[in-house]
Amino acid sequence: MSLHRVLTGAPRSTPATYREHIAQFGELPRTLDITKELLSSGLTGHGGAAFPTGKKVELLKNQRHGVQFLVVNAMEGEPASIKDRVLLSTNPHLVIDGAVALANTLDADQVIVCVPRDRPKLAAIVQRAIDERPTRARRDARIELQTPPGRYVAGEESALVHWLNDKETLPQYRPTRPAILTIGRSATLVDNAETCAHVALIARYGAEWFRQVGTTHRPGTTVVTVSGAAKPAVTEVPYGTPIIDIIRECGVINDPQAFLLAGFGGVWIDGAEAHRGFDDDSLRPIKATTGAGIVVALPLNACGIRETARIVRWMAGESARQCGPCAFGLPALADDLELLASGRRAEQTLSRLQSRASVIEGRGACRHPDGVVRLVRSALEVFATDVVRHANGNPCLHAQSTVVHVPVTQREEELEWQ
Amino acid sequence: MAMRKRGASFRLVVDPVRCDGYGHCHELAPELVTLDEWGYPIITANASPGNDRELMRSAQLAVRGCPRMALVIERISPQ
Ligand code: SF4
Ligand code: SF4
Repeated sequence: MSLHRVLTGAPRSTPATYREHIAQFGELPRTLDITKELLSSGLTGHGGAAFPTGKKVELLKNQRHGVQFLVVNAMEGEPASIKDRVLLSTNPHLVIDGAVALANTLDADQVIVCVPRDRPKLAAIVQRAIDERPTRARRDARIELQTPPGRYVAGEESALVHWLNDKETLPQYRPTRPAILTIGRSATLVDNAETCAHVALIARYGAEWFRQVGTTHRPGTTVVTVSGAAKPAVTEVPYGTPIIDIIRECGVINDPQAFLLAGFGGVWIDGAEAHRGFDDDSLRPIKATTGAGIVVALPLNACGIRETARIVRWMAGESARQCGPCAFGLPALADDLELLASGRRAEQTLSRLQSRASVIEGRGACRHPDGVVRLVRSALEVFATDVVRHANGNPCLHAQSTVVHVPVTQREEELEWQ
Repeated sequence: MAMRKRGASFRLVVDPVRCDGYGHCHELAPELVTLDEWGYPIITANASPGNDRELMRSAQLAVRGCPRMALVIERISPQ
């Protein structure tokens, strides 16, 4: 069942003020270095990559020239996620505290909170929170708000840092990962907003407290966005909570036929897997991950292939169009899926789709196309019987409505990269 | 993937951001590079010149011939 840690106090109509925040959580201890505590807490990033936060900090601490910037990533470009928004609208100071604790640990001078430009209300909440904080001691990091354009790939770490450098949000080609990101010449740590909030709690209550819930490998809680069969809702649960309990909590009444986990670059899993725990160990056997804490429940009366086609079309539009295999390959995948969904020439389409997926995989500068390929493959597996039916020329009859919320793709001229 | 021969192993890699898909690399090193349906290079699986002189020469030819400087020969660190 739900357990509110970073979401303590939710739902609230207005974000917690600094005073309310201190009353709720107490002052952030003035510990200088929380690396050890982070390492033993087992906290991993909540932005999708699930890299151990303590290790990331350790890696940066060994940088010869030190770290100057601590970037809080609240870009949340994933259409199926609203958790960072909800978190910042509930406990903005908890997120900032975490960033300050990380900045102190790394001796960084500046915290930069990144919120997408097209969410002015959220930006205002963050700005108000920053202004509200008591004047800092001389050695504390400065905190500022930045509002990069809100595109799907803009939230990718290297794209975000690229924008902070050059005001361009194009992902960078990084042959070796994880590389050290830099702003100017200074090493930079980027952490997801929710990750920062957990850091703030670990700084206060310690690693042992943190590990009291969750699984051995994924301790703690995670904020999950549930959508699809019900209106998008957010809950915070210990890792390992069965998916079925999470969706019930968020108002999904009927048993879904399938779930999309981790987001638009995630995978579909069969509805029969609903009793699996929501943590990467439980999901590994079915090749799924929790990603940024996303569960889209697909009701029985929807067509998984059609939904996948819609998602892939949108993802194609979100390609930064820097790399051929992504710029041309993703629209081609979307074409194939649409043909398959309509049941026209479906058999040839299916084999072309499969070979195109293999051709595209691994050939972009960032992971964007690989996420799409993974999604497509999982759809062909999970909706295998539908695929066969479609391939025999019988499209789904019941799929009149669409359920996955896919934003409107902006036209090329409107795309805002600068 | 890497050919296990004595000495260092190398492979050809494309920077997909720089690559414009004109396909010169395929003409210069057909045994290392094929093109996808959109004309962008795919480095074939046996693209580890290793100590093979011939392959290494083709790889260098492709690197030098690429108008976008999108190709590099990368050393594969031994596992
Ligand atoms: S792979 Fe796609 S999204 Fe990523 S940098 Fe290349 S074109 Fe852009
Ligand atoms: S020659 Fe260079 S730019 Fe042209 S296709 Fe090959 S790698 Fe791309």
